[in-house]
Amino acid sequence: MRLSASLSFSLILVAIGAGLVPVIAIGFGQGYELSRLFDAYFFRVVTFTIVQATLSTVFSVLFAIPVARTLARRQFPGRGLVLRLFALPLALPAIVAILGIVEIYGRSGWLSRLTALELDIYGLAGILIAHVFFNMPLAARMMLVRLDQIAPESFRLSAQLGFGAGAFWRFIEWPAIRETLPGIASLVFLLCAASFATVLTLGGGPQATTLEVAIYQALRYDFDPARASLLSMAQLALCVPLVALTAAAAGRLQHAPALRAKARRFATDTAFSRLADGGILAVALAFVFLPLIALVLAGIGAPFAWSAIAGAMITSLFLAGGAMLLSLLLAWPLANAAARGSPLLTRLLSTAALLAFIVPPAVLATGWFVLALKAGDPPHLAPLLVIVMNALMALPFGLSVLTPAVSQSAARHDRLCAGLGLSGFARLRLIDLPVLARPLGLAAALSFAISLGDLTAITLFGSQDLTTLPALVYRQMGSYRLDAAAGSALVLAVFSTAIIAMAERWR
Amino acid sequence: MKKLLFTLIALAFAAAPSTAQQPKLTIYTYESFVSEWGPGPKIEAAFEATCGCDIEWVGIADGVALLNRLKLEGKGTKADIVLGLDTNLTAEAAATGLFAPHDAATTPMTVPVSWSDPIFLPYDYGYFAVVYDTQVLKDPPKSLAELVDGDPNQKIVIQDPRSSTPGLGLLLWMKAVYGDKAAEAWTKLKPRILTVTPGWSEAYGLFTKGEAPMVLSYTTSPAYHMVAENTERYQAASFSEGHYLQVEVAGRIADSPNAELAKKFLAFMLTPGFQDTIPENNWMFPAAATSTPLPEAFGKLVQPVKTLLFSPEEVAGKRREWIDEWLAAMAR
Repeated sequence: MRLSASLSFSLILVAIGAGLVPVIAIGFGQGYELSRLFDAYFFRVVTFTIVQATLSTVFSVLFAIPVARTLARRQFPGRGLVLRLFALPLALPAIVAILGIVEIYGRSGWLSRLTALELDIYGLAGILIAHVFFNMPLAARMMLVRLDQIAPESFRLSAQLGFGAGAFWRFIEWPAIRETLPGIASLVFLLCAASFATVLTLGGGPQATTLEVAIYQALRYDFDPARASLLSMAQLALCVPLVALTAAAAGRLQHAPALRAKARRFATDTAFSRLADGGILAVALAFVFLPLIALVLAGIGAPFAWSAIAGAMITSLFLAGGAMLLSLLLAWPLANAAARGSPLLTRLLSTAALLAFIVPPAVLATGWFVLALKAGDPPHLAPLLVIVMNALMALPFGLSVLTPAVSQSAARHDRLCAGLGLSGFARLRLIDLPVLARPLGLAAALSFAISLGDLTAITLFGSQDLTTLPALVYRQMGSYRLDAAAGSALVLAVFSTAIIAMAERWR
Repeated sequence: MKKLLFTLIALAFAAAPSTAQQPKLTIYTYESFVSEWGPGPKIEAAFEATCGCDIEWVGIADGVALLNRLKLEGKGTKADIVLGLDTNLTAEAAATGLFAPHDAATTPMTVPVSWSDPIFLPYDYGYFAVVYDTQVLKDPPKSLAELVDGDPNQKIVIQDPRSSTPGLGLLLWMKAVYGDKAAEAWTKLKPRILTVTPGWSEAYGLFTKGEAPMVLSYTTSPAYHMVAENTERYQAASFSEGHYLQVEVAGRIADSPNAELAKKFLAFMLTPGFQDTIPENNWMFPAAATSTPLPEAFGKLVQPVKTLLFSPEEVAGKRREWIDEWLAAMAR
């Protein structure tokens, strides 16, 4: 396991190095001007990046906690579907989700019409709504995986001790959620810090500019790799300490040994808690599903460009499926190493996994492109690069689901396995796969969703022969075909829900 | 699963390049040009019917990405022709030293400015314009000044000049009209701007969703709605100061082994075989005569009273400074 973890770790570093080094090298050729980098604009952009990402993270996580708790406590018809649909915002290209959000909260949206007010969300409010829409469901799902692992003994014991809902929360639920917070918060923070189209479109103007925008501008409009790589370094310098800080604030993982009895909740139900849970659920469902419903309504009567959609669907399936597999293959040894290593190693590995997210994909892609040219531009490289980039982008998601689950399983089963002499494939088949089916399924679903929704890598390496569904949606929008784009977006949504359902059903 | 895998492998082999003996002309262009509803496929059929050659398109996101790709590839580029830069990019493109003179006769050309660039040859053009929703806006602005000074409750969506071609177009338009006072004008216009999107698609999407009654687009945008959707709801506002021009051009790579073929293609660009596809596929004005009169809808479009255009050199030299000025005015 050590060996494969080092292998996976080195692969990540090589991929990132292969992106960064050529860009920095070109930059050196052009000469660096440090004074031009650290100007008032730069500091304003950094400040805004931190402020909006922090607020987005706080709101997403605070909203996710009661939602996850309610979903863990309550069984209701359609719960499974709700959970699957919670991965959907990730799989939607930003512009599709933005149009859905605007349909609800915009100046001529449902809410404005209902209240006869003209809401103006353009500014920080719009950015926050969109970021919470993208990330609250993600955070809730990740917390839920942990809550579902609460040992059945805990329920029995707390019932015997006569815990009320308050005590149960304080001693059982909150410690479990707390464990997941650093990982979830850093992931959400990075997602928001790297957000680009959402921030610009809903931000109202250039006062809402993130570092990512500045990097994009430096690389594209100014073709200034020096500036781009320095800005990427700044992004690294900004994000890595933040990630490390949240990791340090983490509660130690607690492993209660458990018999694999079926968890049964002993209800501490009151009329009030029912009402409260119902209310939380209603708000959460409305918040996540109204924009999705708007999306469905917009797409349902659209002219579907079936031949283009079918081709894009196969490409999407192929690329996102490949990325999902690669991402899980990279994440599995890392999660195992992190679960059994020192806290420092755990922190190091999870930070490394986030690297691919912190270094902007546009920079990575430029570096890879330069290297590919040097290697004589081998044919059929483009789909491979898209898969690798998507796998790297999906890695932090898989890892933050797998690491806590694997470490819990390790605490429970390592001694048993050592005693039985179980290792390698036999252990994987008999112990890990059955025990970890649920987190593995979620990791697979999230990786698939994030790869499916990707517009960054496919824009950089795609071509008319390599078109994914999001690329098709975007291309249709760019050619006035907004109604056809709405149709393709609907197909994308249905398709990804189906695949996510399959990925999770497999347990 | 096995069947699917087999199909995929079979498809991969079927898609492998055929080993035809014909010379291959590689054209780099922006993506929407070669999409199935763009002009690319029709142009390919028309040119291949006469040239005894095989056109291979390489679609790259947009004009700016096209130029960057070329800079990264340098002398090793596989392109024979680069099609899809505009006059805001030609100075930088020429500075790469990769291009050779077009050597084509410019007599058939009908672009609204005199053309002296020896390297790049126009194939279509369009004017930037404020497009508005006639169902909401009964009294659209009649000039840039009216747009700047008008009711801040009537919003417009614009694009970011740092990431989008039309966004840069509006920046240059404002600069051409207001000169040194452009920053002031931007500050005045700011309350009217609903939001600044990264690209044209986001802005146009918000506009057609009804979020704002105005959007920055092209004078030809209404033609799409008239032809494809049969509605005159969306119209372009005619501005008394004139409209800023965008001319799209192509050029050939100096080191290309297919130089003769490339020259032939550039000459073909100004013939009806190419130009006929422009109006209803690229939604721009053709740069030379077409075999049939323009579609009726094009006759109803705004005719700019004056054409505004900076020289490529001026844009290349000042762009950075002007964007900084815009940022300072807008971020206040």
